[in-house]
Amino acid sequence: MSAGAAGWLQAGLLVVALVAVHRPLGDWMARVFTSPRHGRVEKLVYRAVGVDADAEQRWPTYLRSVLAFSLVSVLFLYLLQRLQSLLPWSNGMPAVESGSAWNTAVSFVTNTNWQGYAGESTMGHLVQMAGLAVQNFLSAAVGLAVAVALVRGFARTRTDRLGNAWVDITRAVTRVLLPLSVLAAVVLVLGGVVQNLSAGTDATTLGGASQFLPGGPVASQEAIKQLGTNGGGFYNANSAHPFEGPSAWISLFQVFLMLVIPFSLPRTFGRMVGDKRQGLAIVGVMATLATASLALNSWAQARAGGAALQLAGAATEGQEVRFGGPLSALFGTATTLTSTGATNSLHDSYTPTGGLLTMANMMLGEVAPGGVGSGLYGMLVLAVIAVFVAGLMVGRTPEYLGKKLGGREMTMASLYVLTTPAIVLIGTAVAMATAAGRGSMLNTGSHGLSEVLYAFTSAGNNNGSAFAGLSANTPFYNTALGLAMAFGRFVPIVLVLALAGRLAQQGRTPATAGTLPTHQVLFVGLLTAVVLVVVGLTYFPALSLGPLAEALS
Amino acid sequence: MTATLERPPVESRPQQRAGIEWGPALVGAVRKLDPRGLVRQPVVFVVWVGSVFSTVLALTDPSLFGWLIAVWLWLTVLFANIAEAVAEGRGKAQAASLRNARTSTVAVLEDGSEVPAPDLRPGMRVVVVAGQVVPGDGDVVEGIASVDESAITGESAPVIRESGGDRSAVTGGTTVLSDRIVVQITSKPGETFVDRMIALVEGASRQRTPNEIALNTLLSSLTIVFLLAVVTLQPLAIYSGAEQSITVLIALVVCLIPTTIGALLSAIGIAGMDRLVQRNVLAMSGRAVEAAGDVNTLLLDKTGTITLGNRQAASFVPVGDATLAEVTDAAHLASLSDETPEGRSIVTLAGLGERDLGGAEFVPFTAQTRMSGVDLPDGRQLRKGAAGSVQTWVRSLGGAVPPDVAGAVDTIAASGGTPLLLAVASGGSARVLGVIHLKDVVKPGMRERFEELRRMGIRTVMITGDNERTARAIAAEAGIDDVLAEATPEDKLALIVKEQDGGRLVAMTGDGTNDAPALAQADVGVAMNTGTSAAKEAGNMVDLDSDPTKLIEIVEIGKQLLITRGSLTTFSIANDLAKYFAILPAMFAGVFPGLDRLNIMRLASPESAILSAVVFNALIIVALVPLALRGVRYRPSSASAMLRRNLLVYGVGGVVLPFVGIKLIDLLVSLIPGIA
Repeated sequence: MSAGAAGWLQAGLLVVALVAVHRPLGDWMARVFTSPRHGRVEKLVYRAVGVDADAEQRWPTYLRSVLAFSLVSVLFLYLLQRLQSLLPWSNGMPAVESGSAWNTAVSFVTNTNWQGYAGESTMGHLVQMAGLAVQNFLSAAVGLAVAVALVRGFARTRTDRLGNAWVDITRAVTRVLLPLSVLAAVVLVLGGVVQNLSAGTDATTLGGASQFLPGGPVASQEAIKQLGTNGGGFYNANSAHPFEGPSAWISLFQVFLMLVIPFSLPRTFGRMVGDKRQGLAIVGVMATLATASLALNSWAQARAGGAALQLAGAATEGQEVRFGGPLSALFGTATTLTSTGATNSLHDSYTPTGGLLTMANMMLGEVAPGGVGSGLYGMLVLAVIAVFVAGLMVGRTPEYLGKKLGGREMTMASLYVLTTPAIVLIGTAVAMATAAGRGSMLNTGSHGLSEVLYAFTSAGNNNGSAFAGLSANTPFYNTALGLAMAFGRFVPIVLVLALAGRLAQQGRTPATAGTLPTHQVLFVGLLTAVVLVVVGLTYFPALSLGPLAEALS
Repeated sequence: MTATLERPPVESRPQQRAGIEWGPALVGAVRKLDPRGLVRQPVVFVVWVGSVFSTVLALTDPSLFGWLIAVWLWLTVLFANIAEAVAEGRGKAQAASLRNARTSTVAVLEDGSEVPAPDLRPGMRVVVVAGQVVPGDGDVVEGIASVDESAITGESAPVIRESGGDRSAVTGGTTVLSDRIVVQITSKPGETFVDRMIALVEGASRQRTPNEIALNTLLSSLTIVFLLAVVTLQPLAIYSGAEQSITVLIALVVCLIPTTIGALLSAIGIAGMDRLVQRNVLAMSGRAVEAAGDVNTLLLDKTGTITLGNRQAASFVPVGDATLAEVTDAAHLASLSDETPEGRSIVTLAGLGERDLGGAEFVPFTAQTRMSGVDLPDGRQLRKGAAGSVQTWVRSLGGAVPPDVAGAVDTIAASGGTPLLLAVASGGSARVLGVIHLKDVVKPGMRERFEELRRMGIRTVMITGDNERTARAIAAEAGIDDVLAEATPEDKLALIVKEQDGGRLVAMTGDGTNDAPALAQADVGVAMNTGTSAAKEAGNMVDLDSDPTKLIEIVEIGKQLLITRGSLTTFSIANDLAKYFAILPAMFAGVFPGLDRLNIMRLASPESAILSAVVFNALIIVALVPLALRGVRYRPSSASAMLRRNLLVYGVGGVVLPFVGIKLIDLLVSLIPGIA
């Protein structure tokens, strides 16, 4: 089979699987977050934490719960790394250096999983399992909870209650993430992903040399790494490592895992607001952007210039032969469109256009379909912006799902749209203006600039993938990227929950023929354009000096 | 009801539509360059700051390019100010004529003492006689007079004002033409109707409306984002060896931030109010105008709004052994001297021409007899009137009522009409001849208007004192969605509250004092100028023409205001794409020659490209001023259809137009030596 045909087949299989799963999974999640009943294990958790599971929270309380929970998580993860050498199952690893420990703690709690270190030579099994893997669940659960709170803001009327953050986070873990990742882990083990508690084996290669093969609980972590759109690899080579991504089938399955929850959440949204067509419109925008990005990336990889590349049929540098070009492009597109950041190829080695696209995917705010929860709330905020402009154009105070978008609502939405570009652009500018920032660059010219821009884009959008070519484990980058990740995660959450609180307080304006319909193809096109123009254009100047300059030269 | 006030058809105040007066606007625009005023418009303020900087740079490091950019940036600010000044200018002319009406009048109190008009306090009673100007707002408490209100309404036909009832309100500045009235003053000095009108049309009391605030938030946010994008670009450019001059960066910022909509935003708001004023409607707040665009439910009074004020004869129905010709003839005779509109309509329907009734005696309608008619010289007595009264009359004269009368009367009542019984008495016997079918006549064109409203998603409810059956019949004929029959003021209020609880916005008109609570409760309450002070106080708009149908136009103006804002915002944002393609290659193609491929407009030189973008950005503001003032074309249609059209025109148009515009400007600019 030619590479092209394989690519079509893979993408087709993926679409079929996602279409098949998104309805039952979306409906299931809607039930999870609306059911009044608590599970037995959940009740134990609530009793242990001291939470009244039936008391609903106002948005400030909901926010405080989420922030407090995340802060405690950061502290716990930081201490776990710093005290690693004193704790069991450290595999003899020393304590993690403080800058790196801070960066990693923030990185995993913010669902970013930016890794400034090499996993197999820095973290022992305890940190991997009790620290990183646990955060893979919890950070995804926090994203889900915040998204659900926003959806409740749209679904409810005349109330100041948004639900209970503790209940939402707990249920996200016990009823969604844990069961799904157990299933996924089994598939991964069957597919050849390693799962053991061994410190590693010394093997003799065919050539007679001796090689150390590090083992560990890889499959279990790999499952939630993809499902929770986390992306932090057990190994430094991430999903390109043969123990983490042994075959093309498994790699494709991993792509499916990253996309399955984010693509199902619009269905949950539609269910909860009582109009499934609304969810369909949102998923339509996500799918349009994703398909366009994948098509462009595959095309860019396949038509790469240069005699050697033409001979090979496509750009192949930095790719695993067992995956091939199309699957690498698919994985790279999916990982940057979600907030995963796992990689099965080196984005740094993509053609300039391909690299530009992975960056642009993140810059759009990771909304197509985005991270677990964060993708949905990001897209809904952009929908608010789109509805506002379009709503004015039909001569009414704009309403989305019967909720009026007034000054306060627009303040939250506008600041949301402003936040991430501000973080990314300021971070990049500071790095380029300081010796500490420029000192880590391994490349010069526009490619060097692309690497720094990519790092801040990845951190600010909580993606976690890296362009390589940048020595990021330095005090400057550990601090700056850590801040970018923290602000990039929590400032939007504050705004989203404040918006949700405002929306929930409103009544609902009944829809009439004069109301802007938000479930039609026209709106899908409009929202897609808003994502591209309002968010995308912000980065145009910076891109023109980085990957765009490269691509056009 | 207003409809009882006989007036010629109303024509709107002559409009100063001739064109835009650019001269005075320019003066106003220059005055507005004061930054203290500009802070209110963040987008324009950023341009102002940029202009100051680029001027300083042009002074310290003179170059033709630097000066041209500085000049065009100042022009951008100036054009933005012109838009506002033009909009305000229109109001100023109107305010001036209103001020004339207000000038120093001296009030004469009841005891004969004189008080200057500005010193009048609420509660004081003043006497106004023919030829005098009413010194302040108030209610007539004694007497009746005809009043010339043309100073306020632009309407020259005098109106009647009398104590008690719904026609007691007089407005300061109007002139009493006949008789003498005593007016109890109701307004504080400086807060009279005329004062408020002046403030409104001048835009002095203009406060930002909710939608304007929300839009301003979005625009400010976009401004900050683009400001950041450009500020952070410099370190990247320095690293890339393509450091940019501050002038170029300022030019880039000004081109990217939404200057078009930022510049036109307040002009659009002022013009929206102005459009209402031109239709003789005064909105007490911009908020009310916006609310009008959002209205879901219109409460319309039946009489005067949906139907002509008076019932008209529609047919004659003979009963018993009478023939149609007989009935027609009798109805004609009975109504010849009847000057009521119903009477005249019967004459018209009969169509029998002039007849000599020498010696006939007209019997007028009284509340006791509830009949009218004529006693002819030949001894015949013709009577027409309410069914019950006429039957009693016939029986009292020994006549019989044919059995088919009841059926005919019921049929007419069921169809929403009013049955009038026609009877004749002669030679000692009396008999019922037939029934005259009087019906409410729906104003021409109303059905189509309600159809339009339905397409816009607006529900119409007819308010009437008629019974349910009659009301339904008229509603069906007029194409009204719902009725509130046998409505009391309390019912009206309850209906409004119910609609609002369901999340709907309600608009209504009213004139009587008992309408006041409902007017105050409604989101858009339009009081008729002929109405009472209480009604005018309670509503948030006053229609000087007292034309209840105008509510529909008000809704359209509200919508048009929002559409204009939304469309120009879309246009403004869509413009950015072309500007990027003009400016970015100009900035960086020197270092990265590949970026010249983005120069798809093939602009002559980096300087000409940047200058062209700035010039386009400035000129587009002026070009759009007429559109901002006039408002985007609005045709009632569904939201989807409207969105599709406006997206196509202002979204797609906004992407394409600047490519063409910048290219054309570049062709001219590149002729300047030293730029190409």
